[in-house]
Amino acid sequence: MRLTAQAGRVKRGRDRLAAVAALTGPAYLWLALTVFLPLSAMFYFSFLSDVPFGKRVAELTLENYAAFFQESFYRTLMLRSFRLGAEVTFYCFLFGFPCAYVLAKTIKGRWREALFLLIILPFWSNALVRVFSWTMVLRGNGVLETFVNWLVPGVGSLNLMFTYPAIVLGLVHSYIPYMILTCYLSLEAIDDSLIEAARSLGARRHAVLWRLVLPLSFPGILAGAILIFVPVVGSFMEPRILGGRAGTFIGTIIEDQFTAVFNWPLGAALSFLMLGFVLLILLFVAPLARRAA
Amino acid sequence: MVGLTHLRRAALGFGLLAAATLGVVLGPNQARAVEIRVLNWQGYGTDEPWALEAFKKQTGIDVVHDYFNSEQEMLTKLRTNPGAYDVVLINSSYTAQAADEGLIQPIDTSDMKNVGDLSPSMRNSENLVIGGKTYGVAWLWGVTSFAVNTDKIKPLPDSIQALWDPKHAGRVGWRDDAVEAVQMAAIATGQNINDPKDLDAIREKLRALKPQIRTFWSSEDEWNQFFSAGEFDMATYWSGSASRSKTHFGLPVAFVIPKEGAIGWLDGLSIAAGAPHPDAAKKFIDYMIDPAFYVPWDTNVGAPASANAKANAQLPADAFNRAVLGDPATVARLQFMGPLSDSLREKMLQIWQETKTYMLQ
Repeated sequence: MRLTAQAGRVKRGRDRLAAVAALTGPAYLWLALTVFLPLSAMFYFSFLSDVPFGKRVAELTLENYAAFFQESFYRTLMLRSFRLGAEVTFYCFLFGFPCAYVLAKTIKGRWREALFLLIILPFWSNALVRVFSWTMVLRGNGVLETFVNWLVPGVGSLNLMFTYPAIVLGLVHSYIPYMILTCYLSLEAIDDSLIEAARSLGARRHAVLWRLVLPLSFPGILAGAILIFVPVVGSFMEPRILGGRAGTFIGTIIEDQFTAVFNWPLGAALSFLMLGFVLLILLFVAPLARRAA
Repeated sequence: MVGLTHLRRAALGFGLLAAATLGVVLGPNQARAVEIRVLNWQGYGTDEPWALEAFKKQTGIDVVHDYFNSEQEMLTKLRTNPGAYDVVLINSSYTAQAADEGLIQPIDTSDMKNVGDLSPSMRNSENLVIGGKTYGVAWLWGVTSFAVNTDKIKPLPDSIQALWDPKHAGRVGWRDDAVEAVQMAAIATGQNINDPKDLDAIREKLRALKPQIRTFWSSEDEWNQFFSAGEFDMATYWSGSASRSKTHFGLPVAFVIPKEGAIGWLDGLSIAAGAPHPDAAKKFIDYMIDPAFYVPWDTNVGAPASANAKANAQLPADAFNRAVLGDPATVARLQFMGPLSDSLREKMLQIWQETKTYMLQ
């Protein structure tokens, strides 16, 4: 009796393992083929002295990594990229969180679906098209300048195009849906009766927000922040188009190594250094997330 | 790309087989149209639709295009897609490198009817004819310098120092390209553009651009947009593009070849190693250097100067390429771009990236 039960447990365990393998296997195989393999190739490149194509000879070296620490402008640009990542994430939170709160707690039914559609709609258009449409809004004699001058005559040139704020604006617009969606999910999960209970026990509105809503929705905020911060640090398309001469970041420098001088090894080394710093930051943030959860 | 080629070959093979069978059944077999692939900058002559139509009528050859946005991208495409391209446009300062890497093949020009009309100095340029073999057929040449908005800047400057003039602070556009930036600064500091000795002077000169530059540009299309939106009043530019901006887009553009000199460049057409249709490629190159293509191209669209002396002489007398670039005194002021070593090129990129970082602070 006990033996069969044990055998059944083992069999069930084996079945479960097989089911897990069958269900997750294809996804992992796909990830291994499309993410892990190319990334490993790039990691290998980052230790080479030259790109091993055609007649070029390459040998193993650490020089590409050393270059980052020898030239101070790489550090300056890396810091600048992290600052951009932090600022864009902050503004996404500042504007995205209230929006998510209203969606999750105030609006119900059809209206909610309609508003969701409006938030997701930009995702259906190409990112490049969206950035180029910003250039039409921001540039001299553009939509925004014409509108402001119509509203308040004599304001003159706004000079927004090719500035740091223009890059932040474009990136916040591109990435804010991530923040709204992740915050919405965790805000939605907060039981309304908790808020009612807090209110009935005399908590003021801002106390409810600070001590109840924000802590409970922290996992969503954090997920959104990571989803935004990581790609923004490495962004190059938006800075190049909207930033003009203010658009030099570590991402654009890496792009130059690949497209302008065919120095893939240095480009790869800079990418992996950036990845390393991002992982360090995430490692630092992880305990916060665990405490919040 | 390689996979695609195989797929296409397989599809073609199958198609041929089917066509042959049909031919046997239906009677005389129709000649299949040859298709060549050209790698070039977008909008740079080889993809003019009227020209491709005329070429197809003459030879029955179809032409399809792939584009690049930088010389390095072009080299990368050749390296990673062998056998995918027939004709490729290569700036003569890169031809030696491409030949050395085995990316292009020598061309026997004896049966190309227009090659004899090319200016001898360009046809036999040491950057195109390597070890006695022609690796690139001289096609177009021009000048990299700067252009100004004639509505806003009067009188026309005659010195490259105008780009550094505090009067134009914040009104200058500059191409985001390391080699071009360093070579412009080399001319402004009186140095050899292919072998600058005093890189520190160049670095200082580039840093001095900080208050001047409004924005960087990277393509002709972008230049025209920025110019017409009034983002800049003067900017580094290419002679051929300047004449196009003026004739085609009606912009108030004047191209300046300063007294200190300017960067001269020569573009050649080469045949990729392992090109599927080398003979059709030669026919296409011969058509590209033909006055029958060049004269209407420059007149109706705007182009750099032709390496074909006969073609330049057929332009209207007031055409920029004949009136300005046809002047020997102007040509004598140019420094033509030669091959650069990898280490100098990387040094140039480093100086430029450092300068761009400095401009942010």
